[in-house]
Amino acid sequence: MNLQPSPSDETFRAEVADWMRQHLNGRFANLVHRGGPGDEEVDPASRKEWERELAAGRWTCVGWPAEWGGRGLSIEQQVIFHEEYARAGGPGRMGHIGEGLIGPTLIAFGSESQKKRFLPGIVAGTEFWAQGYSEPGAGSDLANVQTKCWQEADGSWRVQGQKVWTSLAHESEWIFVLARSEPASRGRHGLSFLLLPLDQPGVRIQPIRQMGGGAEFNEVFFDGAAAAADHIVGKPGDGWKVAMGLLEFERGVSTLGQQMHFAYEFDLVVKAAQANGSSANPQIRQRIAQAWCGLRVMRYNALRMLSGGDGHGLKREALIYKYYWSNWHRELGKLAMDVLGPAGDVISDDPRIRPLQQLFFFSRADTIYAGTNEIQLNLIAERGLDMPREPRPAA
Amino acid sequence: MNFAFTEDQIMIRDAAQSFLAEESGSAAVRAASASEGGFDAAVWQRIGSELGWCSIPVAEQHGGLGLGAVELVLVLEQMGRQLLCAPYFSTVCLAANLLTQCGSEQAQRRFLPAIAEGRLCLTAPLSSGVDDWSDAAVQVQAYRKGEVWTLSGHCPRVPDAGAADWLLLFAQVEGERAPALFAVPREPAGLKVETLAGWDATRRFSSISLDGVTLPAEDRIDDAARIEDGRVRAAALARLAIAAEQLGGAQQCLDLTVAYTATRKQFGRAIASFQAVKHRCAEMMVRIEATRSAVYGAAALAAGEELRVCHSERSEESGQILRCAQNDNENNPSQFTRCSSLYLECAAARALASDAYFYCAQEAIQLHGGVGFTWEYDPQLYFKRAQASSHWLGNADALRERIAQALIA
Repeated sequence: MNLQPSPSDETFRAEVADWMRQHLNGRFANLVHRGGPGDEEVDPASRKEWERELAAGRWTCVGWPAEWGGRGLSIEQQVIFHEEYARAGGPGRMGHIGEGLIGPTLIAFGSESQKKRFLPGIVAGTEFWAQGYSEPGAGSDLANVQTKCWQEADGSWRVQGQKVWTSLAHESEWIFVLARSEPASRGRHGLSFLLLPLDQPGVRIQPIRQMGGGAEFNEVFFDGAAAAADHIVGKPGDGWKVAMGLLEFERGVSTLGQQMHFAYEFDLVVKAAQANGSSANPQIRQRIAQAWCGLRVMRYNALRMLSGGDGHGLKREALIYKYYWSNWHRELGKLAMDVLGPAGDVISDDPRIRPLQQLFFFSRADTIYAGTNEIQLNLIAERGLDMPREPRPAA
Repeated sequence: MNFAFTEDQIMIRDAAQSFLAEESGSAAVRAASASEGGFDAAVWQRIGSELGWCSIPVAEQHGGLGLGAVELVLVLEQMGRQLLCAPYFSTVCLAANLLTQCGSEQAQRRFLPAIAEGRLCLTAPLSSGVDDWSDAAVQVQAYRKGEVWTLSGHCPRVPDAGAADWLLLFAQVEGERAPALFAVPREPAGLKVETLAGWDATRRFSSISLDGVTLPAEDRIDDAARIEDGRVRAAALARLAIAAEQLGGAQQCLDLTVAYTATRKQFGRAIASFQAVKHRCAEMMVRIEATRSAVYGAAALAAGEELRVCHSERSEESGQILRCAQNDNENNPSQFTRCSSLYLECAAARALASDAYFYCAQEAIQLHGGVGFTWEYDPQLYFKRAQASSHWLGNADALRERIAQALIA
């Protein structure tokens, strides 16, 4: 165990911080600390431009191999990049689904022509992606996907059905879709993984308004929407394997960047408490200290994860992580509103209040998406404690 | 930056795990804690001489292994898990720690080599206050006349005092602002050690009174230049040690519960297969792993600071200051140290560990059902230890208030 950064890591950290200082200003100044989860609708045009600014500095896809336009950074340096990005108030990444999910999936499972076609647009910040997994009847039980797909005589694919909770579909060019290619199949068998352009007659996008007033999620309806013959990732029927491989990429190095943002939100809460005097309230003080303890837990837990566990072979720290951060974040939201008191009940544009209200409402989603609390506890009990598995439908 | 354990650290942990599973099982703990001395002298002897665990944190120049907080925490975690009854915590985590952090050079040379060799058993007060022993100091008064010190007062809670060769006691000296530290031998005239019959029998406490105990000048052992800062650092590290023991105890509560629910059948199935049971065990694991991250992280931080002191080119960073009120700190080194990240992270680890331990112990009882409430099954041992240890060197609420003071000022 060694928490000391190496000199080359420190140099790299300074380089990132310096670049951010020089570029995140002027026409991008209004984006500082904006555009994260719950705030994804903010100024999409300008945030896409920011993606291209990042690309010009070679700061997109920094963990990808150089062969595909990345920097091939080590885990440590990727962590540093995400930390400094967040510390500088770098805006929520419009390109995160491309960079963090579909890109790595194509690098692992895609054909050469798919890599050549799609990776450059992700690196350059010119093509944005949405994720078509969840359906009205396939939430926690993702394997119950009912959207259908079939192949036409010319080899192209058609998709019929509905996806839901599709972040940023209205701002994206492409969507990857998990759909059932074998009509009588059930569960995780008979699924395929397709890439579709969103701008076509067979696709209709309808926003879902959230409790906080915003609408960054959508329903996406497919009515015979088309995908090119070679835009299937893996073989027909391999969809589940590809879809699960993609979810593996969802966790990882950006975690510490997320924590920097949490620390920023925590600071906002402390400042609000100092400003209105609630910081003298012993219960508020207890909760602030408890939240700070949680920040330390998350940081060291992430470092444990990135160091490959503690030699037990069981990645216990990775199993608890999602449950821990999402519940911590939700509690921070409640603390923020309790600190604000009645002032929090009034819809506000005040930069000291609005982000805390957003945190309060949107953090309710944290314990639901990407595996609900209940699914997380099942996974922890079954994988972490080897307790009996929940019954699953026979395939 | 690397958070993985080294091979040596894993070896130390695994050796502790197997030795303690063998020598400190349920029957052994029950026998030792009910015995006259409160621990098995033969096991303690082996820990000191054969296994060399007492030498782990002692500097090489004093005959120790000079290892850091990480190794110590790994051993303590296993001790807490097996409820080891032995004066290890008192000797190493209280006394050796205090000697290292605020003892004079002469006192370190006098005691540390014998501690490292496992030949000496020492202890110090384990008060329930969060004041880093200033609360203990006000209860004992020391006067100097010529070459002789005279001590009077009392210490309500000293662990393993019955077994200790020396008691390290804080005292107040008239005209001195900082507390003084004395080494009091086992049986001088005027010293009374009264053993308390605790519900938690795995760590035996005594109440000590001093009525004009006289000591030679050399038995005042503090280094005046380091006592204020040092006692605060020592308290932080002792809290980390308690947290490590509590982490191990919480883990054992979960392990016992998972094992029991796998064999207990109701409604024709193992109760472990009910989601109501699974989710409660999972919640225990979440709290345990969160605590583990905090404990290992604070240990790595403490180890890093030790390293920095050795290679002093970086030492100016060693006390990273949060938003602590700066105004009165300049004249008060203990306040300054209380805002260091080491102090706060040890406090956080200890607060989390106390809460997680009690939570897991009460869940263990509940999920064992009726037998969880019996003397015969082990959850009660952990339940009692969880409650007793929850106030050692400050309870979770008091520690969180300390953290709040540094964050909010």
